[in-house]
Amino acid sequence: MVDVTLNTERVHTITALVNDKPGVLARIAGMFSRRGFNISSLAVGVSETPGLSRMTFVVEGDEWVVEQVVKQLYKLIDVVRVTNLSAESAVMREMALVKVRSNADTRAEIMQLVDIFRAAIVDVGKDAVIVEITGNEEKVAAMIKLLQPFGVRETMRTGRLAMTRGAASGARRERAHTGGSAPDAEVVP
Amino acid sequence: MQLTGAQMVCECLIREGVDLLFGLPGGAILPLYQTLPEYPKLRHVLVRHEQNAGHAADGYARASGKVGVAVATSGPGATNLVTPLATAMMDSTPIVAVTGQVPRAAIGRDAFQETDTTGITMPITKHNYLVMDTKDIPRVMKEAFHIARTGRPGPALVDLPRDVLTETAEFDYPEHVNLPSYKPTLEGHGQMIKRAAQLIRESERPLLLLGHGALISGAFDEAREIAERAQIPVITTLLGIGAFPGDHVLSLGMPGMHGQAHNNWAIDRADLIIGVGMRFDDRVTGRLSAFAPNARVIHVDIDPAEVGKNVRVTVPIVGDAKRVLHALAMQVDKVSRPDWIAEIDALRDEHPLYPGGSGGLRPQRVIQEICEATDGRAIVVTGVGQHQMWAAQRYVFKEPDLWITSGGLGTMGFEVPAAMGAAFAQPNRPVWSIAGDGGFQMTMSELATIVEHNTPVKFAILNNGNLGLVRQLQDLFYGGGRVASGYTGNPDFVKLAEAYGIWARRVTEESEVRAAIEEAAAVDGPALIDFRVEPEENVYPHVPAGESVFETIESPAGREALAWLT
Repeated sequence: MVDVTLNTERVHTITALVNDKPGVLARIAGMFSRRGFNISSLAVGVSETPGLSRMTFVVEGDEWVVEQVVKQLYKLIDVVRVTNLSAESAVMREMALVKVRSNADTRAEIMQLVDIFRAAIVDVGKDAVIVEITGNEEKVAAMIKLLQPFGVRETMRTGRLAMTRGAASGARRERAHTGGSAPDAEVVP
Repeated sequence: MQLTGAQMVCECLIREGVDLLFGLPGGAILPLYQTLPEYPKLRHVLVRHEQNAGHAADGYARASGKVGVAVATSGPGATNLVTPLATAMMDSTPIVAVTGQVPRAAIGRDAFQETDTTGITMPITKHNYLVMDTKDIPRVMKEAFHIARTGRPGPALVDLPRDVLTETAEFDYPEHVNLPSYKPTLEGHGQMIKRAAQLIRESERPLLLLGHGALISGAFDEAREIAERAQIPVITTLLGIGAFPGDHVLSLGMPGMHGQAHNNWAIDRADLIIGVGMRFDDRVTGRLSAFAPNARVIHVDIDPAEVGKNVRVTVPIVGDAKRVLHALAMQVDKVSRPDWIAEIDALRDEHPLYPGGSGGLRPQRVIQEICEATDGRAIVVTGVGQHQMWAAQRYVFKEPDLWITSGGLGTMGFEVPAAMGAAFAQPNRPVWSIAGDGGFQMTMSELATIVEHNTPVKFAILNNGNLGLVRQLQDLFYGGGRVASGYTGNPDFVKLAEAYGIWARRVTEESEVRAAIEEAAAVDGPALIDFRVEPEENVYPHVPAGESVFETIESPAGREALAWLT
């Protein structure tokens, strides 16, 4: 038997429905750190159900890591449901606020870029504007890159949010797979 | 009914079937203690150190199958529970810790004896609670006990600020637990069980590996049924010892680092491994890439996260071991496997257990004598180290749930308080605490508690005057550099026991061993034997950490053959 080999390193998007209680974020963050899982982004907000929050994690790792992340999340009593979203079946977005230096000479040029990206200027000051942009990480990164020459003073990004396409709600339970296409893999606590 | 928080805790404990608490009071938890006299059904055992309250609750839980309860105050009381909680977490033992906390208004202000108990214990409990409202106590206590004892059992902690204990609220004990996010899977998947039966049918060289989960679920009869029907030899992991009768012809013993070598060779040869309630821990597998190279794997565990964590699994079955094995037993054919059994018998002959060197009193012999004198039916509690491995190798258990040891965390000192807890749980069973002189000195303060309750624990200290397994590792793998492993100032354990009023003897010759054991057993109450064993004795076999069966050191001679390892 071979050990569980590490391959197909990639980025995964996992959402979790969790109890909205004090300490839940600490439980989840603690689990990630003590098991050596890497989260590249984490977004939290209330869900459509009172008492429950929804989290979106972007996790780096191979299939083994993702399977363990899902299972270990399920072991936490406050985690109600975990969904591993594939890029094809989900809409993924991030929002960013970018504070850019601007003056009378550059403002028009910035506004043009903002238009092309379907972003918005949400605050105008004497020597700076705040740009709000929504999109996937690449789009957000491209916007920031193009704003860079004007002088980016500050950026604030939400981290990735994700939702399955179509009528299916996040209610579809993620298979806590136990290897292969085993039916038992559908076990959830 | 209006009750104070403290009264509520007592009411909840009684409703959960608790009749025994191990604890030590302090300011923040005092309201609970002052309420105890109103509840004579709750017997409290005052320990000498909170760590021992936790281990005693653990030993009690393992020996009784019930939830053990430990009580401590805030701050240092709670932090002293960290080691026993981590021990129980690793070994899946159901305990509930009840801790006091500073009053709500003081939380976060670094008040006297304040510590973030739930924060500290988050990774070492299955779940924990900080109760900020007295009316929540019934629900929280109900959930804590439910979480501790169901699914893969484990420790739960309930942290109670002092004013939450003194305030009153309406007491209404919930009939049911409402935890939609916690629903352990008990029944194995029918299709998977069918596939498992098929693999067993196809297999020529199957092995059954039973772990603690097999014992926790009470799968003794089911495992035996499958093993006998399909003629599958059985290996029991360190914590699974007792899940199969040790004197059964199909019983092989323990695998892994210090298991009988024939087990590792059998695993190397096997074409099918059926792991039940075990987690393919590194002490079992050694180097994963060399573990069971010819085998397909059926893995039965109630914790989905264990399946596929360490080894690749052909047939995963998530569920309760007893239920899964019961379903599987009905589909397993009656077969005989003379070739495989003969092969294993040959392995046994080829790799006999090293009996210990000549010279002084052999510790291996002491274990054998205790086993014979108690007919393999005593509760045996150990700490961690050489004495633990010798006991695991040589005490042959005829019944389940008699073997209590700190496996996963490897907690030295466990043997004293856990044996005390076990003795409270099973007052009619002989309880032997097989101790090392190192571990014993970590927790021997409980001798006082044992005397107070005349708890009939029999201590067998395998006294070699050093941290034996550390010394062994230094000798084998660090060129004999014995750094900080020798004890030169050990007390006279006989005099020490006598200072507590405990019957004690010293044994230095093998010829005296049996008589001392029988004398100790006959004492009405605790007893202690200081076995002055040969200090240079090593535990064999020894598979070096991270190595495979091919690197096994089976005896002092094998040690020289593998000199390249140092």
